[in-house]
Amino acid sequence: MSIVQAPTMARVTRLMAENPLIPLILLLAGLVLVLQIMQPGIVSVFWVGNTIKVAIPLAMLAACQTLTMLTGGIDLSAGTVATITAFVMATLAPLLGVPEAVLIALCCALLAGIINGFGIAICRVHPLIMSLGTGLIANGCLLVYQRYVIATGTLIPDTLVWLGTGRTYGIPNGLVLFIPFAALIIWSQKRTGFGRLLYAVGSNEQAARLSGVRSWQVLMALYTLSGLIAGLTGLILIGLVKTPSLSLALRLDLPSVAAAVVGGTSIFGGRGGYGGTIVGALILTVLTTMLTLLHMPEGARGILFGAIILTVTALYIRLTEKG
Amino acid sequence: MKRFVSNNGWTIGLACLLGLLLIATKLIQPDFGVSGLDSLGRAALPFALATLGMAVVVIAGGIDLSLASMMAVSSVTAATLMQGASDGQSAMVLVFVLALGAAMGAVNGALVVVTRVPDIVVTLSMLFVWQGVALLILNAPGGAAPAWLRALSVGGLTLPFVPEALTVWLPKSVVFLFVCLAVIWLPIRRSKLGLMFYAIGSDALAAFRSGVPVGRTKIASYAVTGLFAALGGIAVTMSTGIGEPIPGPYLLAAVAAVVLGGVVLGGGRGGLLGPVLAVFVLRLVRMDLTLMSVDPNVTTIVEGSIMVVVVMFGGVVAMRGRRT
Repeated sequence: MSIVQAPTMARVTRLMAENPLIPLILLLAGLVLVLQIMQPGIVSVFWVGNTIKVAIPLAMLAACQTLTMLTGGIDLSAGTVATITAFVMATLAPLLGVPEAVLIALCCALLAGIINGFGIAICRVHPLIMSLGTGLIANGCLLVYQRYVIATGTLIPDTLVWLGTGRTYGIPNGLVLFIPFAALIIWSQKRTGFGRLLYAVGSNEQAARLSGVRSWQVLMALYTLSGLIAGLTGLILIGLVKTPSLSLALRLDLPSVAAAVVGGTSIFGGRGGYGGTIVGALILTVLTTMLTLLHMPEGARGILFGAIILTVTALYIRLTEKG
Repeated sequence: MKRFVSNNGWTIGLACLLGLLLIATKLIQPDFGVSGLDSLGRAALPFALATLGMAVVVIAGGIDLSLASMMAVSSVTAATLMQGASDGQSAMVLVFVLALGAAMGAVNGALVVVTRVPDIVVTLSMLFVWQGVALLILNAPGGAAPAWLRALSVGGLTLPFVPEALTVWLPKSVVFLFVCLAVIWLPIRRSKLGLMFYAIGSDALAAFRSGVPVGRTKIASYAVTGLFAALGGIAVTMSTGIGEPIPGPYLLAAVAAVVLGGVVLGGGRGGLLGPVLAVFVLRLVRMDLTLMSVDPNVTTIVEGSIMVVVVMFGGVVAMRGRRT
């Protein structure tokens, strides 16, 4: 029995090591199954749509983390940048009109990205520190800005509400933006020069430099892009939440890191991809639903959330390293 | 002498900066004196202890994002157990909380070693876990601290045989901090364990090949961090008189002060004196801005900008150093 089993097991682990998406999707399916057992009848088309709707901003924010993690970095300012973009857009829209407000808000996001890029690529500051610092400064700016616009009132454009909350035939409209977005990232990380450069810089920066890669240009472009993605996320999120607040996306900051990590992107760079991150974001969203269903005290929920992230990551590392 | 200066250039620079800032404070607020120093010391105490904890683990090549949550657990445990306890009992509680802190840190370290998951991820998930534990112990701020504990950080030091006019300038909170530093860090720094911290921080593989038990050393470094976190949590309870289950802004501030204090992220370089000085510099900047009646939000911007500019400058300097 065991003689027959051993090669099968080896084959299974190898298969999983080569296709890291398989264990993740299995895990997601398992979680949905558990949820269905816990509360029979909860899993429906409506529920799936809802889950996807909530997972989209998380997955987009996790794109910032995935791309920066591929080079061995991280972008902890993403949540703040998303919040700022949403808030600036919502407060400027009644004054200037929607297109101008969106444009200005995205410029803010771009600026934050450029500052990050300058610090990380040119001054060689550790990304963790640089993005934490940028987040801190940006948050301060937001608080100061908030006091000047407190009287103007806010407006959330219908387009964004349509994109964030609307559904067509039960399918969330957010997918109109998200599917091309995800396709673009997945395609470019594997098939374009820029994507390959991210992996090259992440797995061995020295080697990449010796092969003629100007890594500072790559990093500069990357963090600027990351700021822009965070800005876009903010716009989608405000369409979903519909009330601008000063802590809109801050609670997504750590889960976005968790989504990328659960999705199999190595925090040390060079390994992983956006496909896993999307599944990771779905897993985290389903988990949150599950914990809410259990009516746990907030503390126990936190403990379980942490324990699950840790277990999943540890298992994942075991599974994929053996092959 | 020259070697001493070049080895400790960063720390000396920070000390000079601190001196300049103190003079600036005196110029801004001419009646800045004993009470000013005292409130500075008290405000800086939890930050300084958090920074010490972070510095130890960073020196050993890790990072602990769960630091502020561990402080919250220690703070609520201390405050809950000390409520209505006698002086002797609360002293026992204090010892228990310190042990608890070291145990929490050891759990973090053991998880890092056993699961082989990167430090950042492990401590990120432990951040949620410890925060949850703190909320389970105490759902809202509450509990109490005995009067003798609260008195420990208020006012100036009084020593027998020394005129009070001299000792009053030295806030008890600062003395408390340096006593913690001397009792915990100095023996470690002088022993083999301290050397091993630096060894695994600068090159874990080389350390392993030279016979350092890397796993156990790593766990020990996290345990020391947990111990400092427990002290930090007690300091929070000490200054507020209650337990605070929601983690304060200590994580970010600790990372900033560690970097500003000349400890290299990635490990192996730096000491603990630099980070402590950095904490006081950052707190003093904040205090000066408040004294100049600047909007507290602008203060945050200034603080963040200082931190970013310093690390950028540090990065450029490090790059220059590598080239020559």
